[in-house]
Parts: sequence; C-alpha cells; structure tokens
Amino acid sequence: MARIRFDGWGWRHPGRKAWAVRGLDLTVEPGERVLLLGPSGAGKSTVLRALTGLLDPDLGDEEGVLTVDGEHPRRRRTPTGYVQQDPESQLVMARAGDDVAFGLENHAVPADRIAGRVASALRAVGFPYGPERPTAALSGGEQQRLALAGVLALEPRLLLLDEPTANLDPAGATAIRATVGTVQRHTGATLLLVEHRVAESLPLVDRVVVLAAGGGVLADGTPEEVLAAHHDHLAAAGVWVPGHRVAPRRSAGPAGPPLLAAAGVGVSLGDTPVLTDASLTIGSAEIVALTGSNGAGKTTLSRVLGGLLRPGTGTVTLGGDPRPPWRWRARELAARVGTVFQDPEHQFLTPTVRDELLLGPRRAGVGEAAAGARADELLARLRLCQLARANPFTLSGGEQRRLSVATALASSPRLLVLDEPTFGQDLRTWTELVDLLDAVRADGTAMLVVTHDLAFTDALADRVVTMAAGRCAEPVAVTR
Amino acid sequence: MRRARRGDAVNPVPARRNPLALLAAAAAVTVAALLAADLLTPALLLGGTLLTVPLSGLGPRRFLLRTWPLLFGAAAIGCSNYLYGDISAATALGLSLRVLAMALPGVLALASVDPTELADALVQHLHAPARFAYGTLAAIRMLPLLAAEWQTIGLARRARGIDAGWNPVAAVRLFGGRVFGLLVGAIRRATRLAVAMDARGFDADHPRTHARRSVFGRVDCAVAAGGVLFAVGVTAVSVAAGSWRFLTGI
Repeated sequence: MARIRFDGWGWRHPGRKAWAVRGLDLTVEPGERVLLLGPSGAGKSTVLRALTGLLDPDLGDEEGVLTVDGEHPRRRRTPTGYVQQDPESQLVMARAGDDVAFGLENHAVPADRIAGRVASALRAVGFPYGPERPTAALSGGEQQRLALAGVLALEPRLLLLDEPTANLDPAGATAIRATVGTVQRHTGATLLLVEHRVAESLPLVDRVVVLAAGGGVLADGTPEEVLAAHHDHLAAAGVWVPGHRVAPRRSAGPAGPPLLAAAGVGVSLGDTPVLTDASLTIGSAEIVALTGSNGAGKTTLSRVLGGLLRPGTGTVTLGGDPRPPWRWRARELAARVGTVFQDPEHQFLTPTVRDELLLGPRRAGVGEAAAGARADELLARLRLCQLARANPFTLSGGEQRRLSVATALASSPRLLVLDEPTFGQDLRTWTELVDLLDAVRADGTAMLVVTHDLAFTDALADRVVTMAAGRCAEPVAVTR
Repeated sequence: MRRARRGDAVNPVPARRNPLALLAAAAAVTVAALLAADLLTPALLLGGTLLTVPLSGLGPRRFLLRTWPLLFGAAAIGCSNYLYGDISAATALGLSLRVLAMALPGVLALASVDPTELADALVQHLHAPARFAYGTLAAIRMLPLLAAEWQTIGLARRARGIDAGWNPVAAVRLFGGRVFGLLVGAIRRATRLAVAMDARGFDADHPRTHARRSVFGRVDCAVAAGGVLFAVGVTAVSVAAGSWRFLTGI
C-alpha cells in the first residue's frame, strides 16, 4: 500500500500567476484513510491530480518533492485508482464489462486474466447488471459504481476520490459511499478522499487533513480532534461539518392571489410517458420544493411550468394570463419567469459578468440607466462586484451558481424556477443561496425549486411536493 | 473476453463477421461503381448489393429510414442533371444508380458493424494507434449526450429571453450561438474524459493488452474476397457487353 510524501511541494497551473498549492508538507502512511478538507481554491483537486500523475511538469511549474512509494507519480507504472465528480465523462467504453477491462488493458494485464478480474470487480461493487449492459443506459449512481469497479479491478495501492458523490441524489450517494468502503477494504489501498459532506464520509476515514487557503496544512489528526478544534473555522470555510445546524428562514412575502395553477400536465418523450397527470399550484411569494427520486419527472415539470416546454396534455395558467407560458415570446417569458438551470454554464451568453446581468432587463425593454442600477445592486448583493468584468466561464462553481441566480433575478420575475440550485455547493455558497432566496421571497417572488437537498427544504420551503412516476403526490405543508 | 456478439438473433450473418471484412467488401463495390460511367455496371452492382439487404438485419422499415436521404439525394442528382445538364435520360438514370451503388454498400456494412468491434479490429489487424481508435470510440459514446445538451442550451436561451421569432437573421445568429455553446461544452467534457482515460493508464508510450480478441478468420477472408470478386466480375461483364466506360464517359 502506497506511502505518500509531500515535502515543500507546490504546483502552478500553466498561464497562472498564483500557485494552486504551495509549501505543502504531508506524509500519508500505507493503508491510511484520509479525508482531505479545505476551502474551495485550497488545491484539494490539484493534490489528487498530482498524485494520479496527471500534472505534467513540462506544462506547469512544480517545486519541492512529491513521491509515492519513493517515486514521482508520473514515473510510476503501478495503477492508481482515481474517480472524479462527473459520472458521464469517466466511462470510456460502450459496455460495462469493456469499461472495467479498459484500465486492465492499459496496464497490460494478460488478456486471459482480464475477464475474471472484470467479473469479480463487478460483483464486489454490487453492479446490478451483466458485463454487456450499455453504459449509456446507467443512472449517475450506477455509472459511479461502474467507475469504482474499474478502479477495484486494477487492485491499486492508492485510491484517490474527488467528490465522487457530489453529482448524485441522496440514495445514490449513500450507495456509492458504501461501495467506496468496499473497494478500500478489498484493496487495503491508501485512501485520499475529497468530500464536502463530512458527516457522511467519516465512517470511511481515520484521519482528517485540512488544507489552508494560502497553502500548507491547517489541521491534521483524527476526525474527532480536528473537528472539535476547528469546527467553526471549517464551517466558515464552507465545509459541511457534522452537527452544523442552519436556522430555518421563513420570511413571509406579501399576500396575494395564487400565481400559478397547473392541472393534468402530461409529457411524453417518444412513446415513453415522463409526466402523466401532474397538478400543482403555487401561491405568490411561496417557495414550493419539488422532490422525488431520479426519473420521477421533476425537471420536466419545472420546465413546463417555467414556459420552456410545451406539454402534450394539461393546462397551465401563470399570473392570470389566458395564454399558457410556453406560448409566450421569450422576452415576455424572461420578464415574468426566471429559470435557473442545473448547469450555470448553459445560460451564460455574454463576455462579462455585468453584461450577463444587463441582458435580461435590456431584452425586456428596461432603460439603460435602470438596467445598470439593477445590475450593480445585484452585483453588490451577491458579492460579485470585484468580478464584474470577469468572463462568466472563468468563475468558480460557487460564483457561477450565484451569477446564474442573479441573471434570473435581474428582470425582477414573479416566479423563479430553480433546478437543483444547491447541487455540489459548499456550506458557504449554500448558506448564501438560502439567505438570498429568503430575501427574494420577502420581496414577493414565488419559487419552484427542484431539489434532493433535505437541509435546503427544511430551511426554506413553505411546501414540499413529492413526485413519483410522473405524478405529484399530495402536497405536505410545512409549518411556518 | 468472449462476447455474445451484438444482435446474434437479429442479424446472424454479417454481425458475426469481422468489421474489416465487411468494410473491405463494401469498399470494393464502391470503387467499382465510382470507376464505371455507364448504366449496366451500377445496375448490376446495386442489384447484387440489394440481395444482401436481408443479411444486414435491417427490416424494410429500418432500411428505408436509414437510406431515404440517400435515395432522395440520388434521385435529385439524376433529375437535376437530366433537366439542366443536357444529358440523356439513360445517362441520368446511370448517374443516380451510380450514386446509390457507391453509397449503399457502406451504409449496409456500417449497419452491421459494432463500433467497439471496429475499433478492436483497427487496432489489432491494421495496427491503428489505440489512442486514435479508442479515443474516437469514446467520442462516439458522447454523441447522445450532445443531443441532450443541444436541447438544454436551446431552452436555457429561451429562459434568458432569447428567441428568433420570425426573424431569419436572428435565427441564424441564435443558431451560431447555440453551436458555440455546444462546442464549449463538448470541449470541456472531452477534456474531462481525456483526464479520466489518462488516470486509468491510457498512454501511447506503453504496450497494452486486448481484452477482446478480434478474429479475422477464413470466412472473413471469403467475405472480403467475395466483395472484390463481385466488383471485378460485374466490371468484367460490363466490359464484355461493351457497356463499360471509364469515370466520365458521357
């Protein structure tokens, strides 16, 4: 099992002025299981990539010493297991068994031994299908499980996991955490795990290392020691520390007539029904959380209600307009309904952050001065002032999330539709979002939030609607 | 690793053949059709090719679905050349048949080819670089994701207040922006995929083994040879009948 040593190590990405990591001194003994924490930008992912041997010193700048079992990672030919967040871009082959075999082929495992190792790896991670299963037909959780099978089959001495559950729903995340435990036990590999959700990850580790934002190690020890000594500091740095309670936000917005009423909405993709008979009302200044397992039709319903998709059957009235929202012109729609997509990058259309905020009001025919004032107000409110001229694509994940919400708010819509706004966000961005949406509700804006995040619904939702198989179950009222 | 070949039950004959054998046979027919500028040669080539349609495992409906743009294109080329090109009806018909005879074998061969098996065959028999073959394979796997992304980008733009309405100039601009958004996303995804492949030891400098053995057996040789013999034979018949003319014999 691999022994890791960082000695005054640092890395600077090509073309950057600032070092991603600098002055890192850290030794990990063989078989240790380490949770790596730190604020975003502390270089956790860079550390894992360096250990995988993915950082090419010919392209970036490296200083200090980094060895795995006494060798620089780029010179090692012993397999290392590395799994990252996005399930879709980790699988290479079209069939599950071929994908597990891919790593074995690359490490020149003799062909007659590959099939056996593939089969036992699939069995060990509890992969529910045979090796011929098309990888395209797998859910996100199943894809991550397959990626872990590919790692397990290599019998690595070192296991590096970069937020492997960040893109999964709670059930999928729990299953993957269990699988990570299985893989670690089978291989006995040294484990380095990066995760925002600390409480859920603690059973997998016996040591916690906190990287400092400026470089180096802030804290290092057993989970109990580190979390007791640095609880508040970690929470402030955005780490989901165990036992951190968020007080519910329940600002009441101004009362008014119901904003949206949908009845009998049905949508089919080809011959497959996605929504069968979904009905829902949203009051003015009400936050409705839409939950349910993957594939229940939540995103589809939110797109119909947000005026982006035309359903096969059913009616939707929004704001008393006799025409359904999917018939509205886009500029009309954007002035009344703001939709925030799961991936913020899908929505960025201009070269600077400030232009993004001006776009909606301009399209809606608001005067230049008023649009500018609104943009500056939002920049200040979302702490984006210093980034006003930055390109939206260069922002961090949390900044992009804040900007995408801000662009939807720029035209002061009456309804905000958000698809998994808290996915993969650290505690800091999460808290900011909750506070922001609470304030938006107090201003009189209604919200439909598609979410798996129970802490988020607890903190914010007026009502939780659970979907199953294309229908909405009875709404559950949350006491205000 | 032995695999139950894709679609064993549906298309029993060609799917069990090596993809290179099918593509070689198809290429021979395509070249013969390209070289001949008469009516008889493409007609015979096309007739022979159509006889193999049942073997491709495509039913009549799926066959038409796959080939209608080709049929339409061939008809359009023949008609436009007849109407504006000052050629005889027989020559125009020959032109249409030639386009079909050139393209159809490839369409049929690809219908029976599994991309993974083609990549395996290219690497193991033709010694194509694994980086190229399996990189392309991974990219093909991403295509359905791009289709979903294309739709999402369109919706995201509408949500931001952007649509073209009835303005064709705006529609073109909007389309361009959407393509750009798709490319940006595709490049980011490809980068992540390349990282994942590297992390799993995919490296041009080191030898790799092959989990799936691509077999090019006697029957595969026969299929490839059969395609070549058929192409040469048809050409010979056409020459003997005095019909064959080279490339542009108008």
